Amino acid sequence: MDRRSILKAAAGALGAWSVRDALAVGSMAELGFAEIPDGALAEQLLHALPGKVPLIKKTYRPPNYETPLEYFRKPITPNNAFFVRWHLAAIPQVGLKDWTLAVGGESAERELRLDFQALKTQFKPAQLTAVCQCSGNRRGLFEPHVPGVEWGVGAMGNAVWRGARLRDVLQQAGVKSDALEVVFDGADHGALDKTPDFVKSIPIDVALDENTLIAFEMNGAPLPHWNGFPARIVVPGWTGTYWVKGVTSIKVVAKPEKNFWMSAAYRLPRGRFKTPSYKSQVTEANEPITTMVVNSLITSVKNGERVPRGKPLEIRGVAWDGGAGIAKVEVSTDGATWTEARLGKDGGRFSFREFAHGIPTRDTGALVVMARATSTSGETQVNELIHNPAGYHHNVIQRLYVEIV
Amino acid sequence: MRAALFFMLVLVAPAFLLVVPAKAGAQEDKVVLKDAPGRDKAMQCLACHSLDYIQMNSRFLDKAGWTASVNKMINAFGAPIAKEDVDAIATYLAENYGKPAPK
Repeated sequence: MDRRSILKAAAGALGAWSVRDALAVGSMAELGFAEIPDGALAEQLLHALPGKVPLIKKTYRPPNYETPLEYFRKPITPNNAFFVRWHLAAIPQVGLKDWTLAVGGESAERELRLDFQALKTQFKPAQLTAVCQCSGNRRGLFEPHVPGVEWGVGAMGNAVWRGARLRDVLQQAGVKSDALEVVFDGADHGALDKTPDFVKSIPIDVALDENTLIAFEMNGAPLPHWNGFPARIVVPGWTGTYWVKGVTSIKVVAKPEKNFWMSAAYRLPRGRFKTPSYKSQVTEANEPITTMVVNSLITSVKNGERVPRGKPLEIRGVAWDGGAGIAKVEVSTDGATWTEARLGKDGGRFSFREFAHGIPTRDTGALVVMARATSTSGETQVNELIHNPAGYHHNVIQRLYVEIV
Repeated sequence: MRAALFFMLVLVAPAFLLVVPAKAGAQEDKVVLKDAPGRDKAMQCLACHSLDYIQMNSRFLDKAGWTASVNKMINAFGAPIAKEDVDAIATYLAENYGKPAPK
């Protein structure tokens, strides 16, 4: 759908916001975006996994569940509403007594085997607030559509993560001078032996960054099974693919990790985005996704909503980026003039940042509502989608239509 | 071993196939593929994932797109689907879950 047809569709919605549309679970047209594929919209429903509130079910097995919009009205996403994303269907229930973390690899001086107690007590715990967002969040909004999990806007969440610094654990193992990447494996695996195990690596300098954690707590509680109990890697600013869940093995290596999930999946055409380069993984054809692009989500208004004239229309939402931090969020009702919104409490440069702005509603008629976030590094949201075959980095400015009546 | 078990379940005793998704929860059984020629072959997808992956990716892929998806399952993920089944599965998917023909 091009912009003109979106406008037309929105205008239609203004005229008759039907009951059927209002009941569609996880509709993106409702948020002023291009709609997810019709098959995806028809198939998804609200369903609760054990320990979770009802989330938008995309697929049952492996489980892929999206967080509904209402949970983004607060800056911290509750554990029981946090999105769920798995590539492989075998996800063992890990018992704390059985769990150990093996640390080693050819570029480590020695091997460590840590049990849960050791991870919690041998290293000084660190805590930070960070957005975990699936690389493919908003893939379903791509026009033309691309195959994959057809996510709407909710394959993300913001949580307070507490854990050991990966750096401290690696230093206990000893990092040799030839160390290039750090490789993570979790307890999950495919239904078939032939399916490549989900294994991811990050550059050694990112692994040694003070903010990279082996998290054992999320919002002050143990991690839910579906979010990586008992421990997951937290790489603030980087997309969720690197945040390996239920981590059991960490290897320091001198050569690029070449498995399918690194060499073929999670790739972007070279140079299309201004995100940092993961140099040891760049090939002639493409490069791995790294940090998140700047983005925002309006949570207070729905497309086609009728608003009584007179009272200011409150535009609220959250903004985030790949770790520079949010500098400003601007709101517009015409796409030409932009006004800075108030920013909420600063939760740190990796966190959601709330924004709010009241729009006057003096005259009746249709209004377009837009929000545009800019990071402290000067990066801002785009007007037009930067298309790429795997459907990553959708940060197109949201356009919602409301009618003042 | 798991692959061998799969062959036993799917290829030797197809009736057992319906038992497989039950392990992932009764909810999954509610996802049903359209009844059309090729459906039985497409049911092999169940070995690794629920069938809602198919509906979710509809309707925007043409036959070439669905063929690429099935081949990815075989070549990248090791799905034990016979090469001679690829065309039947892709045809089924394109006809029932494919991009509508231009009018």
